[in-house]
Parts: sequence; structure tokens; C-alpha cells
Amino acid sequence: MNILLAASIIDRLRKAVIVDDRWKLYLEGLGNTIIIALIAALIGTVIGVFFAMVNYINKKTGKLKVLKVIANIYITIIRGTPVVLQLMILYFIVFVSWDNGLMIGAITFGINSGAYVAEIARAGFESVDDGQMEAGRSLGLSTWQTMYHIIIPQAVKNCLPPLFNEFITLVKETAIVGYVGIMDLGKIPGLIQSRTFDYLFPLLIAAVLYLIVVLGLTQLHHILEKKLSKSDRGRGGK
Amino acid sequence: MMNKPIIEVKGLQKSFGSLNVLDDISTSIYPGEKVVVIGASGSGKSTFLRCLNCLEDPTGGQIIFDDVDIADPKVDINIHRQNMGMVFQQFNLFNNKTVLENIMLAPVTIYTKKAVKEGKTKAEFKEECREKAMALLRRIGLEDKANVYPSTLSGGQKQRIAIVRALAMNPKVMLFDEPTSALDPEMVGEVLNLIKEVASEGMTMVIVTHEMGFAREVATRVLFMDEGRIAEEGTPKELFDNPQNPRTIQFLKAVL
Repeated sequence: MNILLAASIIDRLRKAVIVDDRWKLYLEGLGNTIIIALIAALIGTVIGVFFAMVNYINKKTGKLKVLKVIANIYITIIRGTPVVLQLMILYFIVFVSWDNGLMIGAITFGINSGAYVAEIARAGFESVDDGQMEAGRSLGLSTWQTMYHIIIPQAVKNCLPPLFNEFITLVKETAIVGYVGIMDLGKIPGLIQSRTFDYLFPLLIAAVLYLIVVLGLTQLHHILEKKLSKSDRGRGGK
Repeated sequence: MMNKPIIEVKGLQKSFGSLNVLDDISTSIYPGEKVVVIGASGSGKSTFLRCLNCLEDPTGGQIIFDDVDIADPKVDINIHRQNMGMVFQQFNLFNNKTVLENIMLAPVTIYTKKAVKEGKTKAEFKEECREKAMALLRRIGLEDKANVYPSTLSGGQKQRIAIVRALAMNPKVMLFDEPTSALDPEMVGEVLNLIKEVASEGMTMVIVTHEMGFAREVATRVLFMDEGRIAEEGTPKELFDNPQNPRTIQFLKAVL
């Protein structure tokens, strides 16, 4: 009985992974998920930090009013509408004649993530004591020099936990690209099931692969946090 | 003392919305003077000090420093701030930099270009700044703290480092905004002693403080501010021993 059960499990597993080189499909899906998430995280960080800096400089100096209004509209619209609709608008309307689904997915999630990163980074900037900017300026450093040497490093350190939270959410959220037929990791189990009529192992394998990516991100977060927290522990140097 | 003033304040005004914090202040600060500004909280003394280097933008009047009206928004204020050191109540050491980096940051960032033009290499100039910063730390007996971060220091140590950080730029004037108000009582002395030492070397100073004993000892002139105006001014002897304005009398009675 046990032998029969074991044999059946091994057979299901074999069909899910080995037959027709299906393991390649998981890797391809994983690769696409990572590409989309990575490019989206880059775009999102650039947009988010930019708008957060606009907000911060506007607050400190009263400049950049127009950019600040644009930032507010952008954040309101992006956070106020479902990402799946944003994806469909970009895929079926804006980039309708562009057949690179992967890039359209990456751009969608980048623009979407940017709005959340903007809020995270804004909180990071606001958590830096006002006196830090004043001290820099009182020594004759420009706003930008003070931002670069003093404010941004402290803001990054302060918003690292929510930022990595956002990246982790982003990796999993990209599974939505399946809606417009992009072959990411989330789409693969369905594809394999349509051949084998067995969902169990394809779903488990995809889940484990997502988990590995997220664990990698968590590890990266810990390393960065340790590196940046040396100013809390006192001694400088290595 | 009657040569040209370092800072000339003409009709300075500052309002936040409809609230007038500074109302038509005029005074001149001459080289070597130690001007101490006293007054009740809300009298505008900190705002006055912060207007001198335009950390608060004046809403009216002029501040002439180095022959330039720095209250003019078109002026590049950074260049002038390099010549005006400021020390804050909350120390404001850079949290993400070591003590040594705190002192070196502004000189290295601002003057490297100039040094390179004069034929030094970047590394040579940085080393020069480092040596100067170490000399400043030795002066206050904190050279062993060069490589620690501010979070491990006492308030008195932080404030002394903040003072030498400002001195590292070789300013012509030093502005002190209640430099001992955030300190534990046992640390007030070490900070005041350093300020006195810098004062005795001839530095021009404007000091906002609640330490009346210190004001009496170090000031060459005391300004008493009330409701955004200079209500009375004079030597410490005149102002503390023989105040004329009823508001000054009332204030001194309350604090002494």
C-alpha cells in the first residue's frame, strides 16, 4: 500500500517536473518574475525617491510647487485604482502596438510601486530631524550637498523596513501579469496543469520558488540594515 | 571698536503670517564684540539670531555682512554662511557621521575645488582638513572620540564638538542659539568655558542665552528683547545693575 502511494507520488512529481523538460518552464517563469520585479523596483525607487525629495524640498524651502502638485495627483491616482486595471490600461491601450509584455509589466509595476515608495520615502525624510538640514546649511553647504551627505543616508536607513516590505509585496504582486498572458512564475502551474491535470506539485513548486526569492530579499534587508546601523552602535571603522 | 561693523542690521522684520515676531530691529555688530541677547521666551531673540544667517528668511529690512545685503533672496547665502558659524541648542551633530567626519565634512565639501585649483591634490587637502580637525579635537580633549558616532556622546561633549565643527570653517562671526539650554546642569560649565575661551581669542559673537551669570561675564554688550524689539541695550553693568526699561526690570527680577 505504502509502496503504491509512494510510486504514485513519484509519478506525479515526475510529470510535474521532468516530463517534457517542464522544470525549464518554472525557471523561465521565475526568470520573468525576477526581471519584472527587479525593473519595477528600480523604476519605483527612482520615481518614489524623486517625488519624496520634491515633497521634502518643497516643505523646507517652498520651491518646486508645480512638481509637488504633480506628485500628489500621481500618488492619488495610482494608489486609488487597482493595479490590474493599470496593467490593462497600459497593455491594451497605451502600449497596444508594443509586443514586449515583460517590459510593459515591469513599467506598470514600476509606476505603481513608485507611488507607494514615494510615501515610504516621504516618511523616511520626515523622520530625519530638522536640525540636521539646518546644521548643514549653517555651515555653508547647499541644500543638495546636505541632502546627499546627511539627509538621504539617514532617510534610507529609517525607511529600510517598509521599503523591503514593499519590494516583497511587489515580487508577489507581479503574478497579476498573468492577466494579460505574460508567462511569469504565477502563470506556470496553470500551464502545466492543463497538460497533466494535476495541480498539486506545480503549485507547491511555484510557491517554494516565490518563497526562496522573498527569503533572499529578507536576507539582503538584514545585511543592509546591519551595515547602516553602525552609527547606532557607536564605534566607526570596519 | 568704532571701525566698520561686521554685521549691520537695518529695519529687520520677520512675520509668520499675521504674527510679527521681529519688528524693525536695527543694530550693528562690530569686530570682536560679544553681543548677548536676552529676553523672555517668545520675545523673538532666537528668531533674531536665526535671521542673521538667514536660517529664517527676513520678511523685511537688510542684513549687511561683508558689504552684501544677505537678506536679499538673490544673494547666494551659502557663501556667506561659510563665514558665520552657528551653534544650536540641540547640537545637531550629523548622526550618520563620526565625530571627525562631522568636523571635516563642510571644509572638505566646500573647499576641495579651491584647493585643487591652488595645486594641491584632493588627498593632500583632505589630510590637511583631517589634521586640522584632529587639532580642534585635541584642543577640547576629545581626540579619543574622533571615530565614534555622536549617539555615544554626552550632551556636553556633543556641544563642544558642534562648536569646533563651526570653528573648522574659520568663521568671522559665531552665532550661539541657547547653547546650554538642552544640557544637564553638570555639563553647562564645560561648554560655557569653551565659549569663553573662543571669546577671549577675539572671535565676534552673538549669543542668545538664559545664563545671566555667563552673560554678565562674557558680554561686551547686552540686548534685551521684548515683543520683537530691542527694548534696551547696554554694557552688562548698565543693563543688569541699572536697568531703565520697566520690562527689563520685570524680566531681570524674574530670572535673577
